[in-house]
Order: sequence, then structure tokens, then C-alpha cells
Amino acid sequence: MGGSYSRSGRMKPGGSGFEVGIWYLMRLTGIGLFVLVLAHYLILHVIHDPAEQNAEWIQEMRWSSTFWRSFDWLLLTLVQFHAFVGMRTVVSDYSRGGLRTLLLSAIYLLGFVLFVLGTVVVMTLPNVVPAA
Amino acid sequence: MLFRYRGREGMLAWAFHRISGVAIWLFLVLHVLDIYLVGAAPELYDTFLVVYATPPGIVMEWLLGAAVLYHALNGLRITIMDFWPSLSRYHRQMWYANWLLFAAIGIPVTIVIAGQLARSLGVSQ
Repeated sequence: MGGSYSRSGRMKPGGSGFEVGIWYLMRLTGIGLFVLVLAHYLILHVIHDPAEQNAEWIQEMRWSSTFWRSFDWLLLTLVQFHAFVGMRTVVSDYSRGGLRTLLLSAIYLLGFVLFVLGTVVVMTLPNVVPAA
Repeated sequence: MLFRYRGREGMLAWAFHRISGVAIWLFLVLHVLDIYLVGAAPELYDTFLVVYATPPGIVMEWLLGAAVLYHALNGLRITIMDFWPSLSRYHRQMWYANWLLFAAIGIPVTIVIAGQLARSLGVSQ
């Protein structure tokens, strides 16, 4: 129980290597996501009724703005990192050996594919000027 | 590792954090795929949206919001204690403060989402 002891969080790994970097990035992306995810939910689930947000609404109202496309891509990037590194911790806690390798490979592959799909749609959906 | 988390508030905070995290991850996988459809197959996305806007879909949306809010508040608590370890002494008080904030934010949000549920059931408008 050294100086890095905390009651609920994952203990900070020793040394100054890769795992310490991951440990810091989980906390830094977490702080970013605290702002981005809560803003995302507040705007799209509380201020606007999700029932109105069909594909046309997203294209004409939401993604006609470079700001909101950038916001959503930053959100995608941070959340993919945070969620998939988090799942790496969970999977590593409950599996061993070959099964762990298999599950971790699947987690990394899925995370990469989702990041690519999300990036493709937010960057390439044609920009439509909303009807007045 | 387990000994570190044994008992009372600290262990519950950890268990809720892990359960909410995995639940949010499951929705994230679905949500990135459905948003991809906005470009690839917009009419299929609109079909997803119709399902999300059903009463069970709106209850799930509400539960998702609760999971996200808990995970966000408790994650901030963990980060504060990790960066300022001396504050770990107040971990229990901070967890109760989390629940106060959870209620303060969650109750107004619940009222708004109850309105969405009422509309989907045709009770209002």
C-alpha cells in the first residue's frame, strides 16, 4: 500500500513503461469523456427528442456543421480508446492463456473496425445545406 | 487485488463501475454500427430509430443514461483519488456525493425522458 494506493481505482502500475502510459491515458480520456459524453447525451437525448433524429435529421441538422462533425469524431476517438482498453482490463481479469489471447485479439479487432467505420461515416457523409 | 476492493462502499463502487462500463461498451458497439448506416443505408438506420423510439427502447435509453452518469461521476472520483492520493481518506464521502449529484442530474433528465415515453405511448400529443 504505497503512495499510489487508491480505494476504488486500478492501482497505478510500477515503472515508467507502456502500462503506466495506458493508466494515465485511461484517466485523461475519462476526463475528456466526462465532458463530451454528458454533453452528447444532454443535447441528443434530453434537449432533442431522439425520435426526431432520423438519417435526414443527422445529415441536414447535425452534420451540416464542421464543429459537430469534429466533436463527434473526437468523441468517437476517445470513447473507442477508453471502452476497448477498459474491456482489455475486464477480459484480462477473468481469462487466462489461449482464451485470453483469443478474446483480446477479438476486442482489438472489433475496436479497430468500429473506429474505421465511425471515422468513414463522420468524415465522408456528404455535406447537405439544410432546407430553409 | 480482490482484497483491495473488499467490503462496503469501495467494493460496490468498483462493481457498479465495472458493470456500467461493460453495459456502455455493449451499447457503444451497437451505436457505432447504427450511425455507420446513416451513410451506408439510411433507410435501415431509420428502421433502427423506430425500434429505439418504442417504449422498451426508451426505457433502455434511460438505463443507458443512468449507467453513463454513474460511470462518469465515479470515474471522476477515482481520478481525483489517483492524482491526489491523500483524498482517498474521503473515498466514502465522495461516493455519497456522487449519489447526490446522480439524483440532482438524474431526476430532471428522468422527467424529460418520461415525456418521451408518454409520447411514444400516445398518452400526450
